[in-house]
Amino acid sequence: MRQSRMRRVGLNTLALFVFAVMIFPVYWMVATGFKRGQDIFSDPPVWFPFHPTLVNFTDAIHTAHFWSAVKNSVIIACAVVLLSLVLAFLAALALAKFGFYGRRAFIVLIIAVQMIPLNALIIPIFLVLSKANEVDKLSGVIITYLTFVLPFTIWTLRGFMLGVPKDLEEASMVDGTTRFGAFVRILLPLVGPGLVATSIFAFIQAWNEFIVAYVLLHSPEKQTLTLWLASFSTSRGTPWGTLMAGATLTALPVVIFFILVQRKIAFGLTAGAVRG
Amino acid sequence: MSSRFPAAVAEPALSARRRRRPLLGLAGSWSAPYLLLVPAAAVIAAVLAYPLYYMVRLSLQHYGLFQLVKHKGEWVGTQNFAQLFHDAEFWHVVARTLAFTAACVSLTMVFGTLIALLLAELGSKMRLLLTAGLIFVWATPVVVAVDIWRWMVDYEFGVLNWLLTFLHIGNYNHHDWFVNPWTGWGVITALVVWGAIPFVAIMVYAGLTQVPKELVEAASIDGAPAWQVFRDITMPLLKPIFVILISLSIIWDFQAFTQIWIMLDGHPGPDYYVMSVYAYQNAFGQSEYGLGSAIALVTVAILLVVSFVYIRQMVKIGEVE
Repeated sequence: MRQSRMRRVGLNTLALFVFAVMIFPVYWMVATGFKRGQDIFSDPPVWFPFHPTLVNFTDAIHTAHFWSAVKNSVIIACAVVLLSLVLAFLAALALAKFGFYGRRAFIVLIIAVQMIPLNALIIPIFLVLSKANEVDKLSGVIITYLTFVLPFTIWTLRGFMLGVPKDLEEASMVDGTTRFGAFVRILLPLVGPGLVATSIFAFIQAWNEFIVAYVLLHSPEKQTLTLWLASFSTSRGTPWGTLMAGATLTALPVVIFFILVQRKIAFGLTAGAVRG
Repeated sequence: MSSRFPAAVAEPALSARRRRRPLLGLAGSWSAPYLLLVPAAAVIAAVLAYPLYYMVRLSLQHYGLFQLVKHKGEWVGTQNFAQLFHDAEFWHVVARTLAFTAACVSLTMVFGTLIALLLAELGSKMRLLLTAGLIFVWATPVVVAVDIWRWMVDYEFGVLNWLLTFLHIGNYNHHDWFVNPWTGWGVITALVVWGAIPFVAIMVYAGLTQVPKELVEAASIDGAPAWQVFRDITMPLLKPIFVILISLSIIWDFQAFTQIWIMLDGHPGPDYYVMSVYAYQNAFGQSEYGLGSAIALVTVAILLVVSFVYIRQMVKIGEVE
């Protein structure tokens, strides 16, 4: 009895330690963002923003090109979400609801495509897009992201569609609904949550991406938020408070979205990998 | 492209009542699924397959600034590869990339699995707390994460230098971690592993919850020590998950670029070249796009082996059906 209580205490202590180590960098970013200048550059460090200030955040949003970066990131992410959703929905419909010659091959292809090291493709993508006059344009970035995101969105949407029982569809057919009617009334509401989860995933991917935007977008007013953050840090004498405030702002939408859909997406990846 | 959709799948089901065809089944014309696939396949072909083909072609060309302006490469056969394979630096870069990947992946898997095992032992409240922490780390965008770590290891006011000095591990006042490539790589590895642990931990934990309890209990009653139960019962059951996680991790870490690039202000020295950075430097730094493509092609070839293992595993567990 006593031994098991000791064990419990030990495990909980260990868990708290792991939690502290893992979360510390994230905490440090937010804490630095809220600190006064003298608290950021102090020795020993100030562990908690006892005199919280929003100065770093106002500095960050008044930095040159911050708002254009926000605008560009939102435009790119939303365009990628909309386009990938339409394309992936059609493809997933075909893969989940039709039996046809070449289906299995296409599914293997979708998995294989996800494995292509995209960082390695950046050189030909740059040259192809520069030939097509799509360098330093948001549209070039959107098209490129679309391919990065499509395989996964097709994959997860297909999973959600497979989850819709056939009986439901057939039952509605017996009731004499047209096929399109049945589709709108039965299938769409059932895959609704899947569509939301998938679009959030696509949004996060597009929002976070760095290397493609770095290679393709040159002019400052075309920057995305991640480029803005990175260029910020490459200038001499980094203003850490402002940078951490900017980083917090960049991470915020992603963290919120991520927490909303984390379970659905995470388990989509390896669902069914363990079957006892 | 979406206008095709109603025509393909939603033609009025005149005979639905009589024949009771499954909705969206084989009912439409045989071409319906293909039409649905065309848009997605076209985009993938245009922005993935074509550049892939183009990369192979580029790797056989001399493609410098002059060729960039003309949009036309100059055919040189396998000269780029010959140049690479006779270059000692290239082999250093390959070895460094392999070592870096091996370090990152093994550390990620070990710590991720340990944390997963810890999660399985915890009470529900503690588990929720730790999971929440992991998810916050997981959600942090890579670029943001790099900036945080840059700040933590800042040579003047970095919290890490202060902590190490405080703990009397050494005098780390004004210590620049990146002067010595070994400690520099240590920081980068820590950053990558820290960012990758949550995914692995949560996946392995999800797998652990599906391991039948009776099996583990039976073995424990028979007096098998915990690590033996893990090795002989849990591990084999979780093998598919491990195969998937390890191959994904290898693919991600092998092509790591952003972490190294931003960590070193966009000017990594030769000690910090891995294959992705080396390819980038050759292509965009030296304007040797052909040579850069050759390096990238070698990367793809190496990762092809890993991808094959992953895909085979996915096919095996029936995800493809």
